[in-house]
Amino acid sequence: MNMLIENFQHRHAAHCESGVASSMLSHHGAKISEAMAFGLSGAMAFAYLPFVKFAGFPLIAFRMPPKAILKGMVKPFKMRFHFETFRDQDKGMQRLDELLAEGHIVGIQTSAFWLPYFPADMRFHFNAHNLIVYGKEGNDYLISDPVAEDPQRCDAENLRKARFATGLMAPKGLLYYPEEIGQKEVTTEAVLRSIKKTVRTMLGPVPIVGVRGIHMLANKVGKLDTADKLSLNYVGHIVRMQEEIGTGGAGFRFLYAAFLQEAADITGRDELKVLAEMLNVIGDGWREFALKAVRMIKGREAFDPKLLAQMLHKQADDEKEFFQALKRAIA
Amino acid sequence: MDIHEVPQEGNRTMGGHRRAMYARDADGRIVIVASAGGEVDETVTLQALEYIREQTEAARKRVEAGASSPLEYWMYAQRLDLPQLSQVTGFWKWRIRRHFQPQRFAKLSTDILQRYADVMGITVEQLKTLP
Repeated sequence: MNMLIENFQHRHAAHCESGVASSMLSHHGAKISEAMAFGLSGAMAFAYLPFVKFAGFPLIAFRMPPKAILKGMVKPFKMRFHFETFRDQDKGMQRLDELLAEGHIVGIQTSAFWLPYFPADMRFHFNAHNLIVYGKEGNDYLISDPVAEDPQRCDAENLRKARFATGLMAPKGLLYYPEEIGQKEVTTEAVLRSIKKTVRTMLGPVPIVGVRGIHMLANKVGKLDTADKLSLNYVGHIVRMQEEIGTGGAGFRFLYAAFLQEAADITGRDELKVLAEMLNVIGDGWREFALKAVRMIKGREAFDPKLLAQMLHKQADDEKEFFQALKRAIA
Repeated sequence: MDIHEVPQEGNRTMGGHRRAMYARDADGRIVIVASAGGEVDETVTLQALEYIREQTEAARKRVEAGASSPLEYWMYAQRLDLPQLSQVTGFWKWRIRRHFQPQRFAKLSTDILQRYADVMGITVEQLKTLP
């Protein structure tokens, strides 16, 4: 069975979910960039969750939890998303074929571990990966994986395993597509509302979220025991979450800065451009932290948890100042 | 970050893929740039993989010494740890720990072995021995 949604265009993106959202909406006539999808859903954040362990280390996220971006598209675009999960794997695969035959591009949630086109060193058991299926050729599904530069392929058996992987955030065969998009242009109100939401998250009172979360992580890093071999792994883990897992660099800060530039054009508020530049500089600060951490990991510099903690505290202070300015800019 | 600062030295864990990053172009516009990766991201990925490799080799030694079952080896080899293996199989952690005992492991039913093999993407035959 061969199927191909002809006019679909693959795009390379930093992050899977914002990439899927931007490709999917653009395909249906609401042409938005990845940065716009990311910013508009208020996905930028920071969270340090010491009680959620990921491969032995606490969860450190520079964004909102999975699905926040897709769900964040609903209001600004007055859209209805159809989400469907399956208990029966055969039915889940059949439904995907039906939708393709009807001419839909279909978003699916998968585990990264089972996707054959992922580089071996990147195949971890992470269940909240998102991609678009836009056709089928024989036994191969045609895949638009936003984090890959070019379109990919995945055979039916591996795609089934990826869609029905078990464990934390199990996808349960989740597939989705827009049923209706009532609004195809980005409005000023939607942009301002989303910025307000992000400001609230980042300056909020929860000690493990936003600016306060960064301070908390900094305190934790400052107390790392230099004699413990795993301390450097802990530091490496932070850098991985920031740079390596598809954030566009500096834990989504550059991506959000790109959004602010677009937001300035849409709203006509030029100060947002100035703020984008401010965030760009903050992003460079995160990159410096990563560079310093890696020098310590490589042993080119003595491991100095206090210094790393200082750098993180500075990032938190800078972000506080930034988000307060952002708050004033949209008031 | 400016476009010319986007890491392009290469990162051997990326298998020739490039990742999308955002950087400022000559006009100050932040645009998407394909990055071949660099030392920072390569170092932290290799560090994470090395940690898994150490755990895998330590488990191999325990299995060879008769102190553990191949299940423990394969768990690490397939990039899982105990909490994750528990999550993906639905087995309690204490139960999996018991399956690390060689004599109990030897008596496991094919159904249970199959469940482990499935989540790890290996065969039951592979699961029963060290590679």
